[in-house]
Amino acid sequence: MEQIKLTVNGKGYELQVRPWASLLEVIRDDLGLTGTKEGCGEGECGACTVIMDGKAVNSCIVLAVEADGRQITTIEGLAEGDKLHPVQEAFLEMGGMQCGFCTPGMILSTKVLLDGNKNPTDEDIRKGLEGNFCRCTGYTKIFESVKAAAQKIRR
Amino acid sequence: MAQFYKRLPRFQYLLPKTIEEALSFLKEHKAAARLFAGGTDLIPQLKKREVDIPRCLVDLKGIPGLDSIAYDEEAGLKIGPLATINAIKDCPYVRDHYPSLLQAASSMASPQVRNRGTFAGNICSAVPSADSAPALLALEASVRLLGQKGAREVPMDKFFTGPRKTVLETDEMLLEIRVPRPKPGSRNVYLKLSPRHSMDLAIVGVAVVATCEDGICKDIKIALGAVAPTPIRVPAAERILEGKRITPEIIEEVSQNVAAQCSPIDDHRASLEYRRDMVYILARRALNNVLTK
Ligand code: FES
Ligand code: FES
Repeated sequence: MEQIKLTVNGKGYELQVRPWASLLEVIRDDLGLTGTKEGCGEGECGACTVIMDGKAVNSCIVLAVEADGRQITTIEGLAEGDKLHPVQEAFLEMGGMQCGFCTPGMILSTKVLLDGNKNPTDEDIRKGLEGNFCRCTGYTKIFESVKAAAQKIRR
Repeated sequence: MAQFYKRLPRFQYLLPKTIEEALSFLKEHKAAARLFAGGTDLIPQLKKREVDIPRCLVDLKGIPGLDSIAYDEEAGLKIGPLATINAIKDCPYVRDHYPSLLQAASSMASPQVRNRGTFAGNICSAVPSADSAPALLALEASVRLLGQKGAREVPMDKFFTGPRKTVLETDEMLLEIRVPRPKPGSRNVYLKLSPRHSMDLAIVGVAVVATCEDGICKDIKIALGAVAPTPIRVPAAERILEGKRITPEIIEEVSQNVAAQCSPIDDHRASLEYRRDMVYILARRALNNVLTK
């Protein structure tokens, strides 16, 4: 077992992890934060997206030991109490989801995109979300949600 | 409780703090050790049990300074083994001098993967379709390797030996990718064809570096990805153009020559004939792009 220290959604943890455990397994099984989803498990779909030190990563292909000393944000870390994050609000208002399985990843990728660029073009949005697959919506509503989120953040 | 998701096999995790320590782990464990950088290729392969399970992973990320990207007018670009694909994509030197590297980096996978995956990993994995490879080949890059027997520099066109095979010994690590400064007035481009714009491997990749003076082609390098067992240069096609006046006819001839020299596979991603045809199209497009605009 390896000892790691990491911050998840602002809370510090000291954990014993198996060297071969993925960050996703630790987030879901050890920390009980099941908002982060496992789709493909191999870095293709983005369902497991979390933000690590400000960057979007696929937690299914990051080892938990690699997160030692890092700051992680999962979908559970976006809202402040009952107040949803503007990106979450936008997805709700625009109906940017159907089954919802891709949604945590979509929202986190959107957050990273908008953190760096409050006026994304259509192409920027497509590039920003290119690592997040949705098998339900056909992406149109997701696209509209991202635009609405950008507008909320600019306000 | 049933677990449906994919688990990694067991291995030991080593986190050396210096290059010497990393090399001593490689010496000790030989083929049972795997160097570990971004993990975006290795971790999925291990999950799918596609590769021999290593006894230990030697994570290079504990060694400071390996993620550097440096440029100077003399030596050109030096890319450290831990420089991520996104770091290359966002590097101002790359944007200003090496558009083909920028095009290769932007075309790879997704932001999540580019934030972790490295250029060094991309070439060490040696997949024939590796996007960084044709660009590096055409730019006449080389890699500096360090092992028990000391350091050596290997030009990119001697680095790949087969699909997923390179000259890298089990006790060696890649220390640096060196990309010479582009010749004054030269231009470079990388074009990739893949069915989807994102998260997809190249069916064909073509990189061209060329200098054109008063309508004469002074210097030309053409490299291909995904259409041979390794990424390749096509020197015979380069020789046709070298020193010649640039005309539509000669670009046509060279593009056909390039297509004739590749040896693509025929698989579910694309047929042999299609790949060959697209090599011709992309080569012509790339040549026009750097020579006639
Ligand atoms: S579950 Fe991680 S990318 Fe699909
Ligand atoms: S809403 Fe079902 S996968 Fe996106």
